[in-house]
Amino acid sequence: MTAHVNELAVDVRGLRKRYGDLTAVDGIDLGIRRGEVFGLLGPNGAGKSTTVEILQGNRGRDAGEVSVLGSDPANGTRAWRSRVGIVWQDESAPAELTVHETVRHFARCYPAPRDPEEVIALVGLEAKAGSRVKALSGGQRRRLDVALGVIGDPELLLLDEPTTGFDPAARRRFWDLIRLLADEGTTILLTTHYLQEAEALADRLAVVARGRVVAEGEPAALRERYGTGATVEWTEADGTARRERTDTPTRTVAELTHRFDGEIPGLLVTRPTLEDVYLRLTGQEDAR
Amino acid sequence: MTTTAVASRTRARTGRLPGAWTLGLSRGALEIKQFFRQRDQVVFTFSFPVVFLFLFAAIFHDDVRGSGVNASQLYVPAMMASGIMSTSFQSLGISIAVERDEKVLRRLRGTPMPPAAYFLGKIWLVLFTGALETAILLFVGTAFYGVRLPSDASRWADFGWILVLGLTGCSLLGIAISSVPRSAKSASSVVVLPFLVLQFISGVYISIDTIPDWMLNVGALFPLKWLCQGLRGVFLPDSAQVLEQAGSWEFGKVALVLAAWCVGGLVLCLLTFRWKDRRDG
Repeated sequence: MTAHVNELAVDVRGLRKRYGDLTAVDGIDLGIRRGEVFGLLGPNGAGKSTTVEILQGNRGRDAGEVSVLGSDPANGTRAWRSRVGIVWQDESAPAELTVHETVRHFARCYPAPRDPEEVIALVGLEAKAGSRVKALSGGQRRRLDVALGVIGDPELLLLDEPTTGFDPAARRRFWDLIRLLADEGTTILLTTHYLQEAEALADRLAVVARGRVVAEGEPAALRERYGTGATVEWTEADGTARRERTDTPTRTVAELTHRFDGEIPGLLVTRPTLEDVYLRLTGQEDAR
Repeated sequence: MTTTAVASRTRARTGRLPGAWTLGLSRGALEIKQFFRQRDQVVFTFSFPVVFLFLFAAIFHDDVRGSGVNASQLYVPAMMASGIMSTSFQSLGISIAVERDEKVLRRLRGTPMPPAAYFLGKIWLVLFTGALETAILLFVGTAFYGVRLPSDASRWADFGWILVLGLTGCSLLGIAISSVPRSAKSASSVVVLPFLVLQFISGVYISIDTIPDWMLNVGALFPLKWLCQGLRGVFLPDSAQVLEQAGSWEFGKVALVLAAWCVGGLVLCLLTFRWKDRRDG
């Protein structure tokens, strides 16, 4: 790989972007290490896409320092573009060309592309290589988009909500593909509003809400740090369901054992899931 | 699979960035391929001026007094000029607006492709379709409407530069106007209206000697009037010069205006071209 091994692949400090009266990004800091899969998680409108577009060099910013592979994306050169792969939210491959023609053509734009056949196989479109793009299903088009994102053999791959609209099976296949790319050493930044996706793929993630990073770390660490306490549920003798949040669930259960003198009807002790943590962090707790 | 893939890959950045010319050629081939795969578009693009030639030549066919030509003959160079402008100005104006709306442009912008390669690809497409369109009209004109092919080489040379300057100037204007429509849906209305108006005031549909002078003077600001005039000069006998506003073909002025539009159009494109639609900021 390139010389600066210790340098961050993406280094963002104090990033801000406003659209008129709306502050989309309100002081975001991000540090993504080389070879890492980093998840940017947050609800719609949290500023994820704006952030990624700034990293792509497709949008200007109002304030902050941004370095992507050592360059400011705002003045990204052709050489810089050849090292960054982009997969957008919406499909954009011309309808009348075949998968093979499309991938081959994009390969020609890069100085050291991967083998088109290999990339088509990588995204699982071998059987569709000769089909026109317009004949592909939604999931297959997304796979083609990924193929176009990685054809230049990028050091960094930026994926903006790549699995929106996928059925569960297609989403699983897509995850396998991302893992494969990560195993090959590609640094990956992906945005998603699916918590499960971030948990399944990301080495580290940042939770974004209202244009700010509200939490950052490894998925398990986030759960540990923010997911304190537990919920104890049981049923009273008269049949009413009870629910209590506590930091000391063992003591609560002990008290209940004493009171019921044995088995506690309908006992359930739950630790918060990452989803609970996420909803609390993004201020959407009421949504449950 | 994974291991072989890793082994076969080298991240040595030794490869050179492809040049605009080479990529432009490859884009041109791709554009032409895409064009001919949309069969309805092919049929209508190429038959449009032929159908109009048939209609106008069937309605107006009397001899034009003192000019040595009949009205049908006048319509052959007129429809050729209109065909040149439709394959360049109209088709680029609409197709680029659609590609911008469908994010094809943004996707290309995300690659290290030099922007010039995109435009070169479009120009190859236009040269190809424009030349084909002209050949079809030339065939119909000589076979059915009494137009004679020029016998001396200098007229053919005139034809060559008129075709190239006309296609280039109108292409650049088409690229420029593609930035005006707000979406793909409005693209054809935005592009077709000015084209239609120009066809009326530049001597395509209406014979040049019946259009009011002030209208011709407005038309003279744009390339279509000069394209028509130059092509009449190539394919009509010199006796027909009496119908011209200036009483002559004015080849020098034709070259000057068309060349000016090539330069002006280029400047306009460089100043106004957008890779993203307005919603994308």
